Amino acid sequence: MIALDDLLLRLAGLDRREIDRWIDNGWILPERRGETWVFHEVDVARVELIFEIRHEFAIDEEAMPLVLGLLDQVYNLRRQLRRMCDAVAAQPPEVQAIIRGALPPVTGASDGRLNRS
Amino acid sequence: MAQSPYEVLGVKPDASLDEIRKVYRKLAKQFHPDLNPGKPEAEARFKSISAAYDLLSDPEKRARYDRGEIDESGAERPPREYYRGHAEGAQGWRYQPDGERDLSDLEDLFAAFGSAGRRQRGQAGEGFRARGGDRHFTLTVDFVTAATGGKQRLSLAPEEWLDVTIPAGFEDGKLLRLRGKGGPGFGGGPTGDALIEVHVAPHPLFRRDGDNILLELPVSVAEAVLGARVSVPTVTGPVAMTIPKGSDAGRQLRLRGKGIQRPKTPGDQIVTLRVVIGHPGDPELAEFLEKWAPQNPSNPRQGMPSV
Repeated sequence: MIALDDLLLRLAGLDRREIDRWIDNGWILPERRGETWVFHEVDVARVELIFEIRHEFAIDEEAMPLVLGLLDQVYNLRRQLRRMCDAVAAQPPEVQAIIRGALPPVTGASDGRLNRS
Repeated sequence: MAQSPYEVLGVKPDASLDEIRKVYRKLAKQFHPDLNPGKPEAEARFKSISAAYDLLSDPEKRARYDRGEIDESGAERPPREYYRGHAEGAQGWRYQPDGERDLSDLEDLFAAFGSAGRRQRGQAGEGFRARGGDRHFTLTVDFVTAATGGKQRLSLAPEEWLDVTIPAGFEDGKLLRLRGKGGPGFGGGPTGDALIEVHVAPHPLFRRDGDNILLELPVSVAEAVLGARVSVPTVTGPVAMTIPKGSDAGRQLRLRGKGIQRPKTPGDQIVTLRVVIGHPGDPELAEFLEKWAPQNPSNPRQGMPSV
């Protein structure tokens, strides 16, 4: 957990107005501490990610809600999926086998992979 | 942020060792402190040039710097922690998209993907109900609030606040469950809970020992020898305390009921005296002690068993 000032020292090139704006936009949810903010590890990592997307990938702030919205959905799904997998893994082997058998095959997958490079 | 060693020497990141050596010699000659008497800035510059050369002339260090494993001073830099490492853990729930249900159990999960109807239920046609999911938060409270109990504001989401009541004596790292403050229920089901992991920040003066609070109180020689009435900070505000005549350093005095403010059975504050001579000591006191011949001389180490 670090203070706003320490975060600014750690991330060269990030200025205070910029991060204030990100907080106002709800892109980062640090914890309020009196007049300032403290950042948990997840917040720090998220600030670094947003900083990179903004400055190294040159995504402008208008497009950021779209990018973050998609990212948050992906991670939300991944967390849910992990919980589901954990729940399945906690079942006796025979139950796991039933579930595995009940998974429908993936249909309609294209042979040629999408080329996205 | 400090300059990179390449910037300090003014060379390109792909400069060869020979180039670096050449530039270093030129700059070192120009800024050597002995060749620049009376120019303190030259010395600082020389030091940073030497440090940069030190790093870049050692191929192993240079490679580690280029990979980001060490910083420009040669200090180890922790490996970067990527967002995904946090986002997939428990902390990641903080950034759950607005409006997405917190899927607290499998029924929610099935419902979210529209397959609830296929579940076999006891009564055909019964509507699907589920309790809302729990939401997870962390909150840091200051030491005094945790000791006395009180309210602390928690940000749940942008524009959404909650005043959390912290019971007196709340311990660091414990969970607080607020019923009905979690995700909305589904199909008329009850709302989930907010689970708050509470951290208690350390205090510069107070330490906690169970329900007691420990405080070290500096006192002067005169206060220790002659006794005094002094003001002592406690978690409920300053109180007057009597230092008995002839108190030794380390003596512990108890302020009843001034510890953790548990209703009915509050803890105590235990004050440990620390006699402060001060530096430099008062010359008059030293002079007095040199002349002083005690009426009943005693050896303070008399009671110590020999080892």
